[in-house]
Amino acid sequence: MTATARSTGSRGVDSPGRAAIRARTLRSDRWWLPPAATTAGLLVFIVYATVRAFQQQYFFADERYLTPFYSPCVSLGCAAEPGAAHFGMFLPDHPLLPYAALTLPFLLLFRLTCYYYRKAYYRSFALSPAACAVPEPHATYTGETRFPLIMQNVHRYFFYVAVLISLINTYDAVVAFRHPTDGFVVGVGNLVLLVNVALLWCYTASCHSCRHVMGGRLTHFSKHPVRYRLWTWVSALNTRHATFAWITLATLILTDLYVALVASGTITDLRLIG
Amino acid sequence: MSYTGTFRIWRGDTDGGALTDFEVEVNEGEVVLDVLHRLQATQAPDLAVRWNCKAGKCGSCSAEINGKPRLLCMTRMSVFEPGDVVTVTPMRTFPVIRDLVTDVSFNYAKAREIPSFTPPAELAPGEYRMAQVDVERSQEFRKCIECYLCQDTCHVVRDHEENKDSFAGPRFLMRVAELEMHPLDVADRVPAAQEEHGLGQCNITKCCTDVCPEGIKITDNALIPMKERVADRRYDPLVWLGRTISRRRG
Repeated sequence: MTATARSTGSRGVDSPGRAAIRARTLRSDRWWLPPAATTAGLLVFIVYATVRAFQQQYFFADERYLTPFYSPCVSLGCAAEPGAAHFGMFLPDHPLLPYAALTLPFLLLFRLTCYYYRKAYYRSFALSPAACAVPEPHATYTGETRFPLIMQNVHRYFFYVAVLISLINTYDAVVAFRHPTDGFVVGVGNLVLLVNVALLWCYTASCHSCRHVMGGRLTHFSKHPVRYRLWTWVSALNTRHATFAWITLATLILTDLYVALVASGTITDLRLIG
Repeated sequence: MSYTGTFRIWRGDTDGGALTDFEVEVNEGEVVLDVLHRLQATQAPDLAVRWNCKAGKCGSCSAEINGKPRLLCMTRMSVFEPGDVVTVTPMRTFPVIRDLVTDVSFNYAKAREIPSFTPPAELAPGEYRMAQVDVERSQEFRKCIECYLCQDTCHVVRDHEENKDSFAGPRFLMRVAELEMHPLDVADRVPAAQEEHGLGQCNITKCCTDVCPEGIKITDNALIPMKERVADRRYDPLVWLGRTISRRRG
């Protein structure tokens, strides 16, 4: 085999002094598959969520099911569905303004600055790196030291807002058990909303910032037994943060789709009790 | 079961080198390092390979196998099919010395930049008392065998030689975390983590965790908690205010 001489002006794994190997990576497995799948998964969610957030239709079903993409429904346009607006209507009704414009940006930023999603999109969209020991294409790299990526450090504030929004989602799921005319009822939609909100709590509570706030910032756990207990619980959840991140993307879509299908009359909600 | 395996091994030094093919006997139960030793004994007595314990505890035999940073002694031949070509190269983040041996002194330099354990001045050796729950987090990081595979795979220095001055790498950011979380260490290590050791350059893509042969959760348990501590200090005015008023250390 011909010996490889080093080219001048090279960088990365071709830097002077390192082993001169022609191939930029010698990985023989399908290393491109995870970032490709991540890209596809995230794009599906982005497209679906964007379409639904601006559709301004089919967001409230059976006079009690409010989809999470429209919660809280605070636009004047929510008047089209009596009972959907639990917290008043004060935002102008405009086609470019989602009915839940009060919360959607924060949910987006919560996920955008999430430690798991950062890994996911740095790998899949920024290729920084696409996979371990696969060279990235960028000539320079500064990480999260400069604007805008330095803003990733305020993730905890979006976590605080996400907790409030999860409380609103929980409220939506609970009040959905009360039908305006039939009283207490349980339908398949109730179970869908409940499962969705339970998983949203799992994702929110397993957040790395939550883990830090609960007790991670302490140096002496022994002086704070309650916070230590909370920290251990959140730590157990935190090991599945990536799983919850993906599951909740799926349950958000499925929950919204169910509400939309019922609201549009495509399917009928199966009433289990009441 | 024995078979003849095909190995493609990088041979060379700082002046250049090449991947060279060898046909070597492989026996059941062997690891890659066993095969390299057979290669040394039968065909290439001058093949340079660093090793010591053959038990995954000394961290000497770090290399890249089929492009992945791994320990030669902990990579079983049974993970390959008999027809596979097994490519072995030195770690590609550090300067090569010869064949599979690299110069890892970058790591020793980074180690020296971290101030050592700093106990309270009033405590003498032998007077240290710690609760188990307080030292558990630091103990996970003490499992590190300093194989430097995490340093090798970290794209911050692997793909950007110019960052070696400003970035300590996951192994040493983990060392900073170990001391910062230690119940008896009184040094304030948070500002240095960001300003001197380059924590902000880490983009938490978890390759360090993926390659760690000890299974240390470097990213989740060391790097992200350190990033959160930096956020406490530099990017969270509420926490800063609380700390300033109470002047407490958790």
